[in-house]
Amino acid sequence: MYEVRLHGRGGQGAVLAASILAKALVAEGKHVIAIPQFGFERRGAPVAAYLRVHDQPMRAMTNIYHPNCVLCIDSSLPKVVDIFSGMTEGGMLVQSTKRSLGELKIPASVATVALCDAVAITLEIFGRPITNTTMLGAFARATGMVSLDALSQALNESNFRDAGLKQNQLALQRGYELTQVHTIERREAA
Amino acid sequence: MSAVLKPKNKVLVCDGNEAAAWGVVLSRPDMVAGYPITPQSSLVEYLAQFIADGVLDAEMVEAEGEHSVLSVLQGAALAGGRTYTASCGQGLAFMFEPYFRTPNLRLPIVMSIVTRDGISPQCVWGGQQDAMTVREVGWIQMFCETVQEVLDTTVMAYKIAENHSVMLPVNVNHDGNYLSNGIVRIELPDQDEVDQYLGDKDVNWHVALDPQRPMAVDPLTGGSAGTGPALFTRYRQGQCEGMQNSLGVIVEAHKEWAQRFGRSFAPLIEEYRLEDADYAIITIGSMAGAGKDVVDAARNRGERVGLIKIKTMRPFPIDAMAAALNKVRAVGVVDRSVCFGWNSGPVFQETLAAMYYARERIPCLSMIGGLAGADLTEVHFERAVRETAKLLAGPCPRQPIWLNAQD
Repeated sequence: MYEVRLHGRGGQGAVLAASILAKALVAEGKHVIAIPQFGFERRGAPVAAYLRVHDQPMRAMTNIYHPNCVLCIDSSLPKVVDIFSGMTEGGMLVQSTKRSLGELKIPASVATVALCDAVAITLEIFGRPITNTTMLGAFARATGMVSLDALSQALNESNFRDAGLKQNQLALQRGYELTQVHTIERREAA
Repeated sequence: MSAVLKPKNKVLVCDGNEAAAWGVVLSRPDMVAGYPITPQSSLVEYLAQFIADGVLDAEMVEAEGEHSVLSVLQGAALAGGRTYTASCGQGLAFMFEPYFRTPNLRLPIVMSIVTRDGISPQCVWGGQQDAMTVREVGWIQMFCETVQEVLDTTVMAYKIAENHSVMLPVNVNHDGNYLSNGIVRIELPDQDEVDQYLGDKDVNWHVALDPQRPMAVDPLTGGSAGTGPALFTRYRQGQCEGMQNSLGVIVEAHKEWAQRFGRSFAPLIEEYRLEDADYAIITIGSMAGAGKDVVDAARNRGERVGLIKIKTMRPFPIDAMAAALNKVRAVGVVDRSVCFGWNSGPVFQETLAAMYYARERIPCLSMIGGLAGADLTEVHFERAVRETAKLLAGPCPRQPIWLNAQD
């Protein structure tokens, strides 16, 4: 079982990203439960989506408290939300940011960090920082759990209109290509 | 009907609100009315989209509020139409006046309640207080555990509601947040198969507003100085009989569904690992998945624990519950709402009442959790199992345990 917690803000498409990722994983034969949690539809408010992947059927319709991977599609969110809460040892962070690894505060539980300047990519493609599909590309690159093809197919099956679909396909591709994956070396405890 | 419904058992990856909307599409209603309210909103948005796209051939009425939504559907149902809506929380509260009349008029309207907690304090998150609050109004109420069950039960609801021995409205309830937003892989039944399952539409043979067959609908009754209470009393008696008849109809509808589509759901009450159990936890709705996982883990440790899940809350399956209670020596009930009059949850209260028909009175503990969108996880169910096991040897507390009080 692999657990992913997706953090974003209302309006960035975190909920849709969870749905696209679930579709792609199911197409690749995985069992998935994805639960986006949001209340009032408020642009800018922090939202989270929980996605559990397994090769066996699952029953528990519950949130995720000990993620193997945190996928954060907003660069300012780590300042207001503890995105690393409960993270498992040796976990992975996939983060939308223009900063370099050295400029980020990464807790010891994180072993792999994937960074993607999704705002720059999306401003170029959409003229707006809607980072969800770009960060799905980053997630595919970082985890290798889902193929770019399956995500691309899932985008085709979502309700994007013609121009929007093309742009999002490009964003997905660029997110995949422009993500830097870092393995964090840590000294053994004395 | 659009070509998208042609392939047999098409696979969908969708949430419970979309699943409910597909269940409505497959049931081919004549009229859908709706007013959006969190967490139901996307359900009526899907239906508006399906109707706009021609996936569903129905009238869509976007009314100015929930009172009008259900009033519009009453008119459509009286004219012989098959109808659908969905609401919850404050929307359901605003709908109460026509909601109360619908079963009294014996209109087989199907309505999803995407259950959520009620204001105040301000809260749009999941909880079953809305549906539980209206449990005594005369609608049949079924609570779903999974997204697939939401779709399948939405279709079954029409078969139950429109049965001539029932003729009552049905609420198909699914938990706000966990089922309304929860995305999984499901199968979409074949339209032709659903058409055969539901049979010919025969909605309001008893009260149809038909100029060729004039009759009084909703007559003036009652009063010792008026027309007298006899007719009114017969209305109420007939409703209660329809409710009782529905128990068998619900069982048959589920049985036929399993035969035709290969998916079976416990129609009234599910008994999970109860055969050799000493004690059991009782659940309702989407929490049961985590509950079953915890029961399995406890079984692996050698504890003889089972789970009882309520699907049909109204009418309450008294005999099925009594039979389940006969198999254990203690029960702990986890409610996702409160029963203010009993300092407990409503399923706890129902369990106590059904116990009168069981062989003996056994310890029964009330636990309340999952309010305001709170999660009921393995951790909460481990506690529920632990607290219920204590009843086998110790006293039974009269106070409820509030499972999310520290979350």
